[in-house]
Amino acid sequence: MAFYDSVFKALGLSDWCGSESSSAPMSMADLLAQSSGEATKDEFFPFPSLDNLNESCSGIIQSRDVTKGIEEGFLAAKPMLKSILDPITQPLSWLLDGALWTFAVTPWFIMVPILLAISWFASRSVGVTVFVAFSIFLLGLVDHYDVAMQTLSIIFVCTGISVMLGVPIGIAMSKSDKLQRSVVPVLDLLQTLPTFVYLIPLIFLFSVTESKLYGIAIILYAIVPVVRLTDLGIRLVDQDVIEAANAFGMNSRQKLMGVELPLALPNIMAGINQTIMMSLAMVVIASLVSAPGLGVNVLRGIRNLELGVGIVAGIGIVLLAVILDRVSKAALQRVDMTRVKH
Amino acid sequence: MANDPKVRLRGMYKIFGPRDKEVLHHVKDGMGKEDLLEQYKHVLGLQDINVDMQAGEITVVMGLSGSGKSTLIRHLNRLIEPTAGEILVDGIDVMGLSEQELRNVRQTKMSMVFQKFALLPHRTVQQNAAMALKVRGADEATQNAEARKWLARVGLQGYEDRYPAQLSGGMQQRVGIARALTANTDIMLMDEAFSALDPLIRTDMQNLLLELQEELHKTIVFITHDLDEALKLADHLVILKDGAVVQQGEPQGILMNPCDPYIEDFVSDINRARVLRVKSVMAPLEGSEFAGDVDIGDNLESLIARSEGDTTLHYRVMDGDTAVGELHMRDLVKALVPRLSSTQTG
Ligand SMILES: Nc1ncnc2c1ncn2[C@@H]1O[C@H](COP(=O)(O)OP(=O)(O)OP(=O)(O)O)[C@@H](O)[C@H]1O
Ligand SMILES: [Mg+2]
Repeated sequence: MAFYDSVFKALGLSDWCGSESSSAPMSMADLLAQSSGEATKDEFFPFPSLDNLNESCSGIIQSRDVTKGIEEGFLAAKPMLKSILDPITQPLSWLLDGALWTFAVTPWFIMVPILLAISWFASRSVGVTVFVAFSIFLLGLVDHYDVAMQTLSIIFVCTGISVMLGVPIGIAMSKSDKLQRSVVPVLDLLQTLPTFVYLIPLIFLFSVTESKLYGIAIILYAIVPVVRLTDLGIRLVDQDVIEAANAFGMNSRQKLMGVELPLALPNIMAGINQTIMMSLAMVVIASLVSAPGLGVNVLRGIRNLELGVGIVAGIGIVLLAVILDRVSKAALQRVDMTRVKH
Repeated sequence: MANDPKVRLRGMYKIFGPRDKEVLHHVKDGMGKEDLLEQYKHVLGLQDINVDMQAGEITVVMGLSGSGKSTLIRHLNRLIEPTAGEILVDGIDVMGLSEQELRNVRQTKMSMVFQKFALLPHRTVQQNAAMALKVRGADEATQNAEARKWLARVGLQGYEDRYPAQLSGGMQQRVGIARALTANTDIMLMDEAFSALDPLIRTDMQNLLLELQEELHKTIVFITHDLDEALKLADHLVILKDGAVVQQGEPQGILMNPCDPYIEDFVSDINRARVLRVKSVMAPLEGSEFAGDVDIGDNLESLIARSEGDTTLHYRVMDGDTAVGELHMRDLVKALVPRLSSTQTG
């Protein structure tokens, strides 16, 4: 006789509940109790959880039915989701594989100068460029050049796509309060969800051998700042200047390209900087789902308790983080300078 | 028709708020700004504005902060939509224009100068000056030539490749004026264009504007809260208070015959001798004995100096070569005393 029997009786729901001796599957608690040879302790006033209610009324589902239901629902939707998402995201796999391949086959004596040239053109700073050269040298010295390049190529692709998608989304948000109100909670969710959590549905949806799996995980995580700061940057553009643009008869395209985006650029660049840093953070975690790179070594360090391997890879990640941050910050500072003094 | 006004505002109302059209009739029935805000949470911006602005004239709109000056000027190019009323530019109702047509009007008929300059910080002085032409899609050569020409005209040659942040406020506003002139529009809207500048530079800019106007004969709508500036520039003066026109007309006339205590207050602070001109105090030509000839455009200060304070003298007033009236120094002195209704009893 379970605690809630009387409740259901009082409510006149006994018929709907069905006979007490129903062959409902045993609850987890019962099962545990049985196996440990103890009788279920009747609490004085158990919490009205699904399992407890089920004991009195088999018409009520059990908690494990809920998780099972979610799983079944997800599996049922999977073919359809997959048929839509697979073709859309397929280019991502190609891009990632292509980038990994390009970084791998390009010999270091070509690749390093290219990277240094990029650093120079982005930052226009001798100090930053020398620092990048030094960091790459250190990584190469301990034979981490290849893995570092893998990490870097994934970051390049994911940041690129994040910017390509994030900036237009940010622009659209800045133009429509309604859209902003509906997108901001999604961004909040993406940013607060522990990164492992959204790996779960992705693993179901795509096979772990496909590179787009980790690509999507990284982009979902890293796209948030660039969207937010594009939106913010455009909203913060001096209203007087916008008014002048209107007064001189600019159309919305001229306003966007000629006024809003240039004036929002420092904010957008700050967003891109954060996006880069977050893809780096995620690419390490994504090594759990077969993303190559420095993260794999960290994972090996954890799994096999190979302390040295893990720490060297960790330092490599720090180095990468610092050079990415320095180069993008220097670039940001440069665009910021053009509007103050020369 | 030659003397049709260039810009006409007719029965224009502006109420800020989501249900402006619904509360309009309260305002038309005489509800004031405070009551409207208290009872309906709507802000009364402008009420029953009827102003004609003649081609080639400077119309100055003056009023205290919050009186609706900026709101008014922004209706001319529909940066703000009126709640009711008509805005006619060259006889065309601006309210009836499509978005594309409106942009066209903004590009070709009106240019605007702003209190805070509102230049593009990431563009050079020259690119800023060429903005209107670029928006219109003019070719690069025209853009550069026109921008350089007008920058030189406002005294900024040599600064073409600087950025706005590298210039002083006065110079930035010169860029703002050059930008408006480069647009080559008949109408120029200037919202407190000189208010952010220090007094000396401000006088310079006023002189520059008058000089340009002599040459270009634009229809200028100039906003200010400064009476001296208004009197210096205005051909037609419109005085706003709480969103309504209290008095409008020729500035000397307003000075001589203020119709409202609000305006008397305004007027009482200025140096009347410097602002009033012979034209405003002269009498019809009757006498024949004069101490000398004065020009109709002379200000009273110069006459006082000339008469050395002798109030018994009479002068003949000349407009060019013809005598148009006579001036008694006695009348002149009377005119210098501001009329204050509060001190007049009976
Ligand atoms: N967007 C708006 N929403 C609500 N009220 C507004 C809005 N814009 C202006 N107002 C109100 O309309 C009135 C007139 O404002 P306006 O800016 O035209 O004044 P102004 O004469 O230009 O003053 P200032 O000299 O300070 O520039 C003010 O009471 C202001 O609070
Ligand atoms: Mg104003």
